[in-house]
Amino acid sequence: MNNEEFDQVHIRADFPILNREIKPGVPLIYLDSAATSQKPTQVLQTMDVFNKNSYANIHRGIHTLAEEATLMYELARSKVGEFIGSPSSKQVIFTRNTTESINLVVQSWGRTNLSSGDVVILTEMEHHSNLVPWQMLAQEKGIRLEFIPVMENGLLDLDVYKDLIKLKPKAVGFTHMSNVLGTINPAKEIIQIAHSAGAITIVDAAQSVPHLPVNVSDLDADFLAFSGHKMCGPSGIGILYGKMDLLQSMPPFLGGGDMIKRVELTSFTPNELPFKFEAGTPAITEVIGLGAAIDYLNSIGMENIAEHEQEIVSYALERLVEVPGVQIYGPEATKKGAVISFSMSSAHPHDISQILDNEGIAIRAGHHCAMPLHEKLKLPASARASFYLYNTKEEVDHLAEALYSVLDIFGI
Amino acid sequence: MEDLYREIIVDRYKNPQHKGSLDPSDITFEDDNPLCGDHIRIDLRIDDEGKVTEAAFDGHGCAISQASADILVESIQGKNLEELKSLSKEDIIEMLGVELGPVRLKCALLSLKVLKAGVYGIDKASDDLVE
Repeated sequence: MNNEEFDQVHIRADFPILNREIKPGVPLIYLDSAATSQKPTQVLQTMDVFNKNSYANIHRGIHTLAEEATLMYELARSKVGEFIGSPSSKQVIFTRNTTESINLVVQSWGRTNLSSGDVVILTEMEHHSNLVPWQMLAQEKGIRLEFIPVMENGLLDLDVYKDLIKLKPKAVGFTHMSNVLGTINPAKEIIQIAHSAGAITIVDAAQSVPHLPVNVSDLDADFLAFSGHKMCGPSGIGILYGKMDLLQSMPPFLGGGDMIKRVELTSFTPNELPFKFEAGTPAITEVIGLGAAIDYLNSIGMENIAEHEQEIVSYALERLVEVPGVQIYGPEATKKGAVISFSMSSAHPHDISQILDNEGIAIRAGHHCAMPLHEKLKLPASARASFYLYNTKEEVDHLAEALYSVLDIFGI
Repeated sequence: MEDLYREIIVDRYKNPQHKGSLDPSDITFEDDNPLCGDHIRIDLRIDDEGKVTEAAFDGHGCAISQASADILVESIQGKNLEELKSLSKEDIIEMLGVELGPVRLKCALLSLKVLKAGVYGIDKASDDLVE
């Protein structure tokens, strides 16, 4: 390991689930972090201690527990804001997940600002979460969706994007890092081009924020969405970052408690940011767990994590291409995150996954919520191995060896 | 593992005996397993007495889904429609001769779901058909 600051042994010891055996003598090799990551003891303990000592509803009661819970919840919000370089923690809105964050933008900003004939540009590599919400609004409002194509090499065709931008889109939505190809898109450039045409931008950062240093101010992103559960935090908590003026001008998304300043029988006055967009009791313990996950990631350093993953993915690409019949999708190692989607000529991804499971290896098989991209690749499904800070080169070796077991059963 | 991928399943997957299409057909139905993109179409020819004279499947997907389709289609030759309606999940499991977890069971049952939806003449295949 060249990355000297990266203490793999101690990192792995932080994740109790990595001690699990899938069956006697067969340890878990978890290569599905793009779907959801595992949680370190630091996160689990923080949530446990909070539940046992301080749990109460937030922003309401005037009692010790309510005040402790509110303080801890809002401290987690500040941590999230600092982590992504948000000018203010008021611009950090808690949702359930990335999907809900994007739906919030589409339903609140989109419904208010888009009308028939308006153009929204997306990409062919979007996860369904940054595709279907727009399709729903397009059906309702008659807006026009255009797509930046994915080229053979797994990168977006920015020349086509520069042509599409002449359509004067109102919004450009794109994934920062593809959950299938691993492609890290040039977010800053895409955003600059969008802004030059007066479009706002929505960045699906579900795969990037957990794995790379991401700074919303540097990117100049208008909206950026991600999930806690892919970054060592718990499920049930998502984040939407938005620019202050946009968030202020937008109507509420969901109505209910906490999002109001004042309610009369036939009207309401929305609360200020960020509470305007946080109706009802949120995932309190999970937000506090997310705060602990951010502390954890910061203690290791996002630069170090990115560097480690770059080493792992480069090594994994080397090992996997050696296996006969394996085809890998997506760009070269330096242009991608730690996600490798592949197929084998003789075995279906489902069968690959089943055989790997027998050796304790967890990968994903299917279309990974990106059916249009699989259509483009002319694949009904693919197998995907994804890596995180706790994965090792030895695990990559096991993966490569296990693919030979697939060949033993299905042939080449 | 050896059990799940017994020779018969891998062999049926790689060399299906009843893969293709029947044109014309009396009953045709197709459906997907949205989880993994498995796809199965089944074509049947039925004689005046309501018996299956010819059956074929086409599609793509995992070994379990494709092998079970091939085995199912073979087993229904000469059966009447009422017999097809009474086919159950247990029949498929017995034909395959392997134990399946809940996720793979969906793969194995896709062809039965397609067959029954076609025989009942309904618009959409539902999991209720193979409960």
